[in-house]
Formats: sequence, structure tokens, C-alpha cells
Amino acid sequence: MIEVKNLTKCYGSKKAVSDISFKAEDGQILGFLGPNGAGKSTTMNILTGYLSSTQGQAFINDVDILENPIEAKKMIGYLPEQPPLYFDMTVDEYLDFVYGLKGCRLPKKSHLNEICEIVKITDVRKRLIKNLSKGYKQRVGFAQALVGNPKVLVLDEPTVGLDPKQIIEIRTLIKRLGKNHTVILSSHILPEVQAVCDRIVVINKGRIVADDNAETLAKNLSADHKLVIHAEGGEGEIKKLLESVPQVQRVFVNRKVEENVSEYYLEAKEGCDVRRDVFRKLASRNYPILMMRSNELTLEEVFLKLTTGDVYGGAEKIEAKFDRLSKEGNI
Amino acid sequence: MLAVLKREFAGYFKAPIGYVFIAASFLFSGIFFWSFSLSVGSADISSVFLGMFYVYMIFVPLLTMRLLADDARQKTDQLLLTSPISLFGLVFGKFLSAYLVFLLGDLIMLIYGVVMSFFAEVNWAMILGNFAALALIGAVFVSVGLFISSLTESQMIAAIGSFGANLLLVLINTIASVIPIEGISDVILSLSIFDRYYEFTTGIFSLGNLLFFLSVTVIFLFLTVRVLEKRRWA
Repeated sequence: MIEVKNLTKCYGSKKAVSDISFKAEDGQILGFLGPNGAGKSTTMNILTGYLSSTQGQAFINDVDILENPIEAKKMIGYLPEQPPLYFDMTVDEYLDFVYGLKGCRLPKKSHLNEICEIVKITDVRKRLIKNLSKGYKQRVGFAQALVGNPKVLVLDEPTVGLDPKQIIEIRTLIKRLGKNHTVILSSHILPEVQAVCDRIVVINKGRIVADDNAETLAKNLSADHKLVIHAEGGEGEIKKLLESVPQVQRVFVNRKVEENVSEYYLEAKEGCDVRRDVFRKLASRNYPILMMRSNELTLEEVFLKLTTGDVYGGAEKIEAKFDRLSKEGNI
Repeated sequence: MLAVLKREFAGYFKAPIGYVFIAASFLFSGIFFWSFSLSVGSADISSVFLGMFYVYMIFVPLLTMRLLADDARQKTDQLLLTSPISLFGLVFGKFLSAYLVFLLGDLIMLIYGVVMSFFAEVNWAMILGNFAALALIGAVFVSVGLFISSLTESQMIAAIGSFGANLLLVLINTIASVIPIEGISDVILSLSIFDRYYEFTTGIFSLGNLLFFLSVTVIFLFLTVRVLEKRRWA
């Protein structure tokens, strides 16, 4: 269990983290979502005892990291943003060193073998770390966090720099580890956090702007009623057709994509999924839809939405365009 | 602590620096031994030890420069400082690793004593006293170097800084001599590392001098711990 109470961290006069509190129960994967410089790494560094807080407390399984650092650190496996690797060592030597450093008591050979199997680095164990690729370095860093089988895992952007296949592997791994560990992972990628975490804490400029379970948050943030469509055919006719779909409120042509193909933005009433109707309507007149997607929120939009409460805050440009067009009488 | 010691010690022999240090120590002590003892037929090798003082003043910073500076630069300090070990354990492990390499270089001095014993009657008490003195001054240089290394992320600055600090320690005599006020110059002179070292090389053993060297070492280790501690609060 990880508990953070009223944590504040100042660097000089700058507040990096200001009065944040959250809690991750046993066996929960908590996602820490925020843009660069939001205070994610600072919070994680405080949690793991690398930095100390200016105010507030952090508990690892009810042990205060500041009061009793050694006991608390025994229960944490930490993968910092930049994996803390010694480039002049081989993977085996490094893991052996970490094993000693953590004062681990598990049977060494089988424990390290198991970890290498889990993160799939068995075939590079004899190689120097400096010669490994970024993906492998990241995995060795991951392996380091797993040494000693700590109950709490703190992972700072664990999938950065990996290729898509590795990202999927690492996510699967985190999910598996989440069954019997408490995991905190940070990321600035919304879908990643949605895919892996049970609970999401969104942080911006050192403050928590949302703390909810993944499904609720995703539901609140989804924007299925806003569509981006590429369709082939006459702009005016398609626009009229789209406007005639039930529940659709506004439509505008955003730009020409290619010869005879335009991009349309469509906004329906909130909560209405009009994708099927749009398809049928255009199909009935033989206008091919080349692309249709819901206008997903980017992370910036999520923040705007969460911080300003605006239903669709992030798409200010589009909103502005809607307004301008309606003023000009074009919609 | 053992894990840190083992890693750092092995690290010295993965890079050339460990070999360079030991080679330099063998080379210079060999030159001194030949020119001060063998070539002039003298069984007194205290001049060799005296010469080595200056050699180590220059070369020990090369040994200590990366100890903590490199960890800060490569971010491996995040691993060390979030591991369940005490700061003193960490600092002492780093200290011992460099000190052991230093001793490996220093040990050659005892072999010169053995070489000498084939040609002349050797005063072992004096040689051991000299050896102990060099070992003590080594501990001081290593702990000063470690301290400076904790202050920066750059190995180069750490090396130059430690060399400067060592130089300052040695220059205490000169500083004391230019201060006209007798009380103050006496106090400064009593901190002189070189005088105490010189006493050792002449074969005079004093508990006070021994404690002085050990205290200076411990003080700089303690300061290093404080620097790491302070970094958390920065």
C-alpha cells in the first residue's frame, strides 16, 4: 500500500508539487498521468526516499519513508526515468551488485534467473550494459527494480524509448505484476495509462486534477459524439447529408485532404453515438467514407477539460471555427 | 556496503585508472628507490617515502574523482540512495574501494624493504613506520577526494578540486609562516599534515599524529555523508 498525504516539494521558491494526497491499495496499479514537468518524477523521487518532501508524508505499507527510510526502502523497487545502470558492468554483474546492495535474502541464482526470464534479458546476461540497445537497457532497469521481490513497484515512464512490441510486452508484464504488487507508474500517454491501470491520478503543475478509477475517467473523457470524417464526393452535398443525420448538431468542412476528398468535423448531441447512422446515410448515396474516427482527446485536451471543466475544452480551435462559421452564416 | 565496495573495486580494474594508479606508484617509487637508495648505497629509504607523499598528492585525486561525481552524472545515485543501505555504509564502501587500490600501490614499498635486506641491515621499525604514515596520508587524501567528488557531477572538476585541496593541506606550513601573529600561526601550524607526516618518516611514532590523520579522514567522510544528505533536501 502506498499513501501520500499533503505532499509539497519546493525547489527554492518554485513549487514542484503542491499539497497532493492519494492512496494506492495492495494489488492496485495506479497510473500517474501528467505532462512533462507536472511533478510526476518529483513525487516518485519523494516516495522512494531519493528526495525529501518540504511538507507532508509518504507511507509505504504504513512505514514513513522519512522516519524509517531503510525499512521503507526494503519494500520498494524503483525504476527511475533514466535506468540507473553502470555501463561498465555486464548484466549479470549488475544484477548481482543490486542483489547485494538490497541485502536480498532470496536464493540468488534462481531468483535472478527468474527475473531475467520475466523481463526477457536471459540472452544478454553476459553482455556489457553499455553495448545494449535502449530497449534492453530499459529492461535491465526493470529487472533491477524487481530484485528482492519488493511489494511496491514505482515505475517512472517505464515504456519510454521502447518499440511498439516491447511496449506491449512491458504493459503485459506490469499488469501481471500488478496482481501481487502495488504498482505506481507514471506516463504522459493517456491510452497507456488507460490500458494498464486500475486507478488514474492526473496531475498538472504540481496539483492533482483528477483521481478516479480508469473506467469512469475514460468515460468522462471520451468524446464519441465528435467525429472526424474523410469522405469522397461533393463537399456541399456531403455536408448537407451529414447535417440531416438525426442528433447531429453541427458539421463543417475542415480542409481538403486529396482530390475530391474532404475532412469533415461533426458534432452530435452529447452521449449520442451517430457513427452507424453516418455510415448508412453516406452509403445510401454512394459516398465512400475513407476514414472515420471519434475525435479523441489529447492529453492537453484532457487537462483543459479537467482543469477548466469545459466539456470539450481542448478543441478550442475547432470550437472557434464553428463559432466563426455560424456567425458568418455558413452553418 | 560490501556490494558497493565490491563494485567500485572491480570498476577500477575495468577502466585503466586502477592500473594507471598502481603503475604510477610503482614507477615513481622505483625511481626514488633507485636514485635515493640503490645508486647511492644508502639503507635509509625515508626519502623514498617523502617523495611518494607528493606523488600520491597528485595521483590519489585520479582515483577518487569518479567515485560520487559519476554516480550523480549517470543517475546511478538514484539506485544507491533508494536502496536500503545507510548513507555512511555507502560512503564508507566507496572510500574503502579507492583506499584498497591505494594500498595495492603502496604495498610495493614493503618489497623495497625486502630488496634492501639483501644488501644491508634494514631498520624494519622505521620502514613499517614510514609505510603506516603513507597509509594514513593516503586515507586522508582519499577521503578529501571523495568529499570533493560528492560536490560535483564532473570528474574533471573533482580531480582538479581534490588536487587543489590536497595542495592546500600541504601548503598549511607556508601559510602559517607568512602570518606574523604568533598565536594564529601556531594554531594553523598545528593543523599541518606535512609536519606530522615528516615526523613519521623520521621514525618518530606519536599517538597524537595517528589520531590526527584518522580524525581528518573521518571528518571528510562525515562531510561527504552530509553532502549526500543535503542533496535530498535541495
